Amino acid sequence: MPYRSSRASEPTASQSTASQSTASQSDGSRSDGSRPDGSPPGAPASGRAPQGTGSLISARGLVKTFGEFTAVDGIDVDVRPGEAFGFLGPNGAGKSSTMRMIGCVSPPTAGRLRILGMDPASQGPQIRARLGVVPQRDSLDEELTVEENIWVYGRYFGLPRSVVRRRATELLEFAQLSERAGSVVEPLSGGMKRRLTIARALVNEPSILLLDEPTTGLDPQARHVLWDRLFRLKREGVTLVLTTHYMDEAEQLCDRLVVMDHGRIVAQGSPRSLIEEHSTREVLELRFDADDHSRHLADVDGIAERVEVLPDRLLLYVADGEAAQGEVARRGVEPLSALVRRSTLEDVFLHLTGRTLVD
Amino acid sequence: MAPAQVEVAHPTAHGGWWSVTAHWLTKYRRVWFGTAVSSFLTPLLYLAGMGYGLGALVDSGASGGIGGVPYVVFVAPGVLAATALQVATGETTFSVIGSIKWDRLYHGMLATPLDVRDAVVGHLTFVLVRVASASVVFMLVAALLGTVRSPWGLLALPMAVLGGMAFASCTYAFSAGLTNDQGITLMFRFVVTPMTLFSGTFFPIEQLPGWLQPVAWATPLWHAVDACRAFMTGRVDVASVAVHVLYLLVWLVAGYVVAVRVLRRRMVV
Repeated sequence: MPYRSSRASEPTASQSTASQSTASQSDGSRSDGSRPDGSPPGAPASGRAPQGTGSLISARGLVKTFGEFTAVDGIDVDVRPGEAFGFLGPNGAGKSSTMRMIGCVSPPTAGRLRILGMDPASQGPQIRARLGVVPQRDSLDEELTVEENIWVYGRYFGLPRSVVRRRATELLEFAQLSERAGSVVEPLSGGMKRRLTIARALVNEPSILLLDEPTTGLDPQARHVLWDRLFRLKREGVTLVLTTHYMDEAEQLCDRLVVMDHGRIVAQGSPRSLIEEHSTREVLELRFDADDHSRHLADVDGIAERVEVLPDRLLLYVADGEAAQGEVARRGVEPLSALVRRSTLEDVFLHLTGRTLVD
Repeated sequence: MAPAQVEVAHPTAHGGWWSVTAHWLTKYRRVWFGTAVSSFLTPLLYLAGMGYGLGALVDSGASGGIGGVPYVVFVAPGVLAATALQVATGETTFSVIGSIKWDRLYHGMLATPLDVRDAVVGHLTFVLVRVASASVVFMLVAALLGTVRSPWGLLALPMAVLGGMAFASCTYAFSAGLTNDQGITLMFRFVVTPMTLFSGTFFPIEQLPGWLQPVAWATPLWHAVDACRAFMTGRVDVASVAVHVLYLLVWLVAGYVVAVRVLRRRMVV
């Protein structure tokens, strides 16, 4: 059972809400935020978005400094209703600082930020009432049970006890935690805690779900379970905004993303368009028996559009990996191993910044 | 499909500080029995050991008690106020720094519509419940042992609670600014313990060296002890009680204001 059946019946919520948003502009001032009968979940959010822009989140020249240190250095971002939007970048790129500003817990140093058409500086509580936040580090109450965590959190939003109880049951079903509802949180696995954090973040039926590194530190199986849950939310029309330093995560989940480095946006687009724009179709990876792989640059000279030297291998950016591999062999160059693969966002990042994402 | 899905999707307002208190009470439900037993046993042990054991020596001396009352009657209000202070301190130290740094409960709260003020008021309200219930248990034990000599004694209850809360808001502010828990250990060793010993709890502060007496006057505990003692022995001087209450209110409010400021600076960056 999906965590909310109205969502399941609206797989194309993001499309249908766009047109509804203008229609419901007139009641955009409703302060209770209650949803018109039968409308898909994205509706109130887009209904509140400023007319013409259609953005749930809009940032212009957003800056965050901590003393001398500039964490976010003037970024422009627009997140549209129903999309899954990603911030991809290495640790320290400014992703989390950006997320905290969007989450209205960290005031921007400069720039203009609007979330759901509101100003975080003056309407923080109203905005936070409509956000779901999955922080980088869990903030669950590990002494309480799984369901108590959701009950307690729902009360923060002023939801009546009966509503919170019923919703907790649905959310735990969604998070595949129903059997553990009465268990204390502390001994649960990392993946379960993460799913509980996501379930908890949905208790107020948020217009936007913010996920800061949702799967960092999880084992591969737990990551896939989590991705599956996030996919469902996305299909049901929930707007997802996430940060990650995993390119596979970004490729799997994000419709659109920005690549961040040193507090700046260095590229943006869909995963596919970024790869097309900033990399070749295929990559030939050559591993040599050498401490310094740059010694072998001459061996592959002219074969590839571009060559990246990593500590343990050479990356040859080519349109046709097989052909390049043939050419390497024809020259009599003998690497320890050779691998042809498709370009990924990792290659985009490497090209744009000269560094790898995960070190 | 399922048209009845639409109830209040988003709240009209946030849950307010009370939702934070509710959280702490939910946590407390898991451990209440242990603390209830200890809040019953501690006063009993103190009154038995200090009041009757030590009291037998004091009362058999030339003075025949302190200020004309048996030692156990003298010491009971002191232990009441000190117990309130201990409970208050215990609930505003590790749990505060933990909610910032370890289990990060405050991060969860502040991601919702709640404000820093809600987190502080909600937490302190829970502390109030703890201090009040511990004080009630103490009073029952003290009354059963015959150490409450006047109907005024009932007022010692809110007085002890006020004393505890006046200090709690300050220890909260202190804890909220700590980066590790060593400061808490130091505070207990160099502030709470000396204050408990030298604020007229177990002996009149007139016994202290002259230069130490003003220090005792400055502590919130002495004011709570002195007022509680006045109520429980029935020798009430309204003016001095009023001064005690006002002084403790100043501590309470000042501590609260600083606590909110410190926590905001810590959490909203």
